[in-house]
Amino acid sequence: MTTLAGNDDAWPERLAAYRAQLDCRFPQIGEVFEASLLDALSVLSPAGVGAYLDTGRFLGGMGRGVEPVLAFLQEWPSIARILGEEALPAINDTLQLIWKSPNGKAISPFLQTLAAVARRLPERAQMQRYLELTLELMERTSSSIHGIHKTFASPGLPDFFAQAPTLLGSLAIGGLRNWVDYGIRNYANHPERQRAYFRLQLADSRAVFQRERQGTLLVDQQRPLDLYLRALWGDSAQLVPYATAVDPAADSPRTSPALPALPYYDATGIRLPDVLDDAHGISGVDRYRASLAHIAGHRRWSTPLFADNFSPMQRMAIESFEDSRIETLILRRYPGLRRIFLALHPRPVEGACRPATESCLRHRLTMLSRALLDPEHGYQDASLREFVARFAQTMAQGEASSEEIATLALAYVARTRRQSDQLANVHFTDTVIGYRDDNRHLWRFHELSDDEEMFEQPPTTATPEVDRLPPRHYPEWDYQSQSYRPDWVSVYESLHPSGEAATIDRLLEKHTALARRLKRLLDLLRPQDRVRIRYQEDGSELDLDIAIRSLIDFKSGATPDPRINLSHRTNGRNLAVLLLLDLSESLADKVSVGDGEQTVLELSQEAVSLLAWSIEQLGDPLAIAGFHSDTRHDVRYFHLKGYSERWGDPVKGRLAAMQAGYSTRMGAAMRHAAHYLAAQPAEKKLMLILTDGRPSDVDVQDERLLIEDARKAVGELDQQRIFSYCISLDRRADEYVSDIFGGRYAVIDRVDRLPERLPELFMALTR
Amino acid sequence: MSKPEQFKVHDEPFYQPQRNEVALYEAAYAARLPVMVKGPTGCGKSRFIEYMAWKLGKPLITVACNEDMTASDLVGRYLLEANGTRWLDGPLTTAARIGAICYLDEVVEARQDTTVVIHPLTDHRRTLPLDKKGELIHAHPDFQLVISYNPGYQSLMKDLKQSTKQRFTAFEFDYPEAALEATILVSESGIDATIAAQLVSIGATARRLKGHGLDEGISTRLLVYAATLIKGGVSAVDACRMALVRPITDDRDIRDTLDHAIDATFA
Ligand SMILES: Nc1ncnc2c1ncn2[C@@H]1O[C@H](COP(=O)(O)OP(=O)(O)OP(=O)(O)O)[C@@H](O)[C@H]1O
Ligand SMILES: [Mg+2]
Repeated sequence: MTTLAGNDDAWPERLAAYRAQLDCRFPQIGEVFEASLLDALSVLSPAGVGAYLDTGRFLGGMGRGVEPVLAFLQEWPSIARILGEEALPAINDTLQLIWKSPNGKAISPFLQTLAAVARRLPERAQMQRYLELTLELMERTSSSIHGIHKTFASPGLPDFFAQAPTLLGSLAIGGLRNWVDYGIRNYANHPERQRAYFRLQLADSRAVFQRERQGTLLVDQQRPLDLYLRALWGDSAQLVPYATAVDPAADSPRTSPALPALPYYDATGIRLPDVLDDAHGISGVDRYRASLAHIAGHRRWSTPLFADNFSPMQRMAIESFEDSRIETLILRRYPGLRRIFLALHPRPVEGACRPATESCLRHRLTMLSRALLDPEHGYQDASLREFVARFAQTMAQGEASSEEIATLALAYVARTRRQSDQLANVHFTDTVIGYRDDNRHLWRFHELSDDEEMFEQPPTTATPEVDRLPPRHYPEWDYQSQSYRPDWVSVYESLHPSGEAATIDRLLEKHTALARRLKRLLDLLRPQDRVRIRYQEDGSELDLDIAIRSLIDFKSGATPDPRINLSHRTNGRNLAVLLLLDLSESLADKVSVGDGEQTVLELSQEAVSLLAWSIEQLGDPLAIAGFHSDTRHDVRYFHLKGYSERWGDPVKGRLAAMQAGYSTRMGAAMRHAAHYLAAQPAEKKLMLILTDGRPSDVDVQDERLLIEDARKAVGELDQQRIFSYCISLDRRADEYVSDIFGGRYAVIDRVDRLPERLPELFMALTR
Repeated sequence: MSKPEQFKVHDEPFYQPQRNEVALYEAAYAARLPVMVKGPTGCGKSRFIEYMAWKLGKPLITVACNEDMTASDLVGRYLLEANGTRWLDGPLTTAARIGAICYLDEVVEARQDTTVVIHPLTDHRRTLPLDKKGELIHAHPDFQLVISYNPGYQSLMKDLKQSTKQRFTAFEFDYPEAALEATILVSESGIDATIAAQLVSIGATARRLKGHGLDEGISTRLLVYAATLIKGGVSAVDACRMALVRPITDDRDIRDTLDHAIDATFA
């Protein structure tokens, strides 16, 4: 195209003609018109330039001031370069529709970010979806009075446009759509919160944003990573996600001076990016593992040094050497990790940094670090090679120490120092080692502030066992907005503490008569699944028919069949059961039993014991868990019996230690329990919920909310083909329990009969 | 009679003592006290008894107990023959007659009524009544009863009654500590010490997950399997997956973690 238009003699004339076609008198336009036009001429066809100026004229005459037209004139050429000028009509249509609505104010933000959006959505089809999404958002959040006129502008639309590039930085267009949709559904009628939502200022807007992100989310990998840390490193630190704007291993940061936030750890846990994509052939999970290995190594082998003694550059070198020492030790134990470290560790190009104009220390150290990891580094630099050898020597003695390695690092700095190391212009390319932590743990200061005192604690070889695992997050159903609040509830699981198993035995003693009766019932349940296997040479019983036949054969001189016994085989019922106990405060209530009084808790213990005992006899896999809650941030889920545990003293001990407290956030507990039950191989799955009150929690005022959520949870269980059944001890349960469980519940209003009713109910259910 | 010979342990079994259990067992045997060996599966209980039988030069009769086992499986039963019926001693009876060490492996698996038949043999009486046959056997002076059981698998139905437990002295076993376990792998399979140590460290990773989704860690037995496969030419990674991970878990997260540990251990 006419890229040299500016040098053309006829140019001033043509410029004026274009200006006239734009027909727009704002003085500010003059300042940018020529440059923008030149840009446009370089990318657009003559017809395209015509359309460009037409759209500009429309925007200028629309009565919204100069901003929209300015934005368009400047942005369109770059957008056209990405999407092609054929994208204009669709954008024009969108502009028209916004203009006709009361949302004219949103036009400038729309245009201002459109180029950035186009960079994330370089396909016209994707852009089309963005435009449609925009219009839908506008429609659904512009409020109308009496349904006739759309009078009020959408509060969130301009905020949405402003955020769009950021959002698309992490979300695919489908994810963006879901995020927008959630905002509309939940905040259509709260202008202030709607704006906050679209500005990513609300907790749930960030949560939904996280959910829609691509890549491996830390929250999804909590358990595997906990297991990893525990199994390979014997470490049980909490894993805490931090929000990442940029993925540390995405290709760009390697060349960009905008350093990504690195993992780190402090007294409260190990901080990792909330999301990691696969990168350099390494899966997101393995990238997390690489970070955890590195950090676990520090926790095991690093001791803090006094920072005051060193210059910033010396500290940088010490950190780098210490990182290499730690990884050398890690690789001695787990040499297979080298492949992962190598893939993730940048490979700085020798000579890429120019010491004349740049500070090269980072570059030198990263090269050295690479060389210490990669025997095939191929670097020629003499001092690098010398220090690779000296490092090997230091490490040959054993594990060395943070102090020793610091000495080596100082020698290195002294040897390779250059004047230009002081320059502000640091060479960053290929120097970010994203899986390593930021080494803040390595330093202590003579002037101790409160924060740093934490590092005073003995280094981490003896990390205290944190018995509380990090929480699992579950959504909760908000019936008001008919949508889930994602990751709303934190469930902490743990093994229930143990008490005296004998307590349970004593409780059971009272029920010997009942047990005998149950046993008869159980025997009735069993026969169908005891299958006789005849014709056994070895068996538990003589099969008389066959035996006599053999005897006759034998007496008459024929060879008798020696298979004269029979045995039995239990044909599994193919049923797995999970018993979920509500351990909330109300369990401490007393009821009269016979002449005396007992707490509901004790009765539950008896009932559960009898049930567990019964189920054990039937051979159905059974797990028992209890729960209570203290706001959505703290739902506790206790394992009382695991599937593979038999009914015996450890289980009885835990049952004996059961205590009443807190509230009943039932939905979350059911979802968590379902996670275990669903993993059972059995064909039929039964979740029994034993509760004595309505779902409730201290942070929820709306009585319906948790009832509706529990009902939703039942639906989810159905979809997982888990049959749920509620046994309620609340006499007024009829008011709500059928809302939750449909017809699948029983209310036991004579609580004193629970011990017999519970097993009976179970048998009736599984007959 | 050649019977005792038939049950002798002729070749010295390899047994790597963990502590002073050999001496203690000898003391128990000297007093003919019944012995119970407890511990997780595959930690060397059976091997220990086999070794002790060899060391003491006594015959060993081992009975693997199962839930279908009845008292007559232990004591004996009548068999049908041409001229009527013939009595056949069960393994417990045989042991009592010939003076063998009778090892009831996983005795909890047997039904409770089965375990009761051992009571008179385990107290001062040292007798075994054969009700059906109308005979009372006085145990041979060399006879000793040993039972094993794995506390991880208790149940109300199957747990030993106190009256049974209290007839035994007990040894509690656990997986050997790392260096010993590596020695065992080397002796059992002939692999080299480096690989043995690597296998043991993989075993340790799994044992740390006990209670976090695993009921028991990887047993010494499985480590021996893996070592044997490796010795036989299977790649370390495949052998470990096949012998150490797949048998013990269906939990995906755990499987992935252990697989990763294997990949990380064998470069
Ligand atoms: N101390 C040891 N010395 C020699 N070999 C051992 C020792 N401990 C374990 N082993 C090895 O482990 C294998 C399993 O041991 P063993 O069969 O004795 O287990 P167990 O404790 O009886 O298990 P289970 O309870 O499942 O019967 C043995 O075959 C042997 O290879
Ligand atoms: Mg054994």
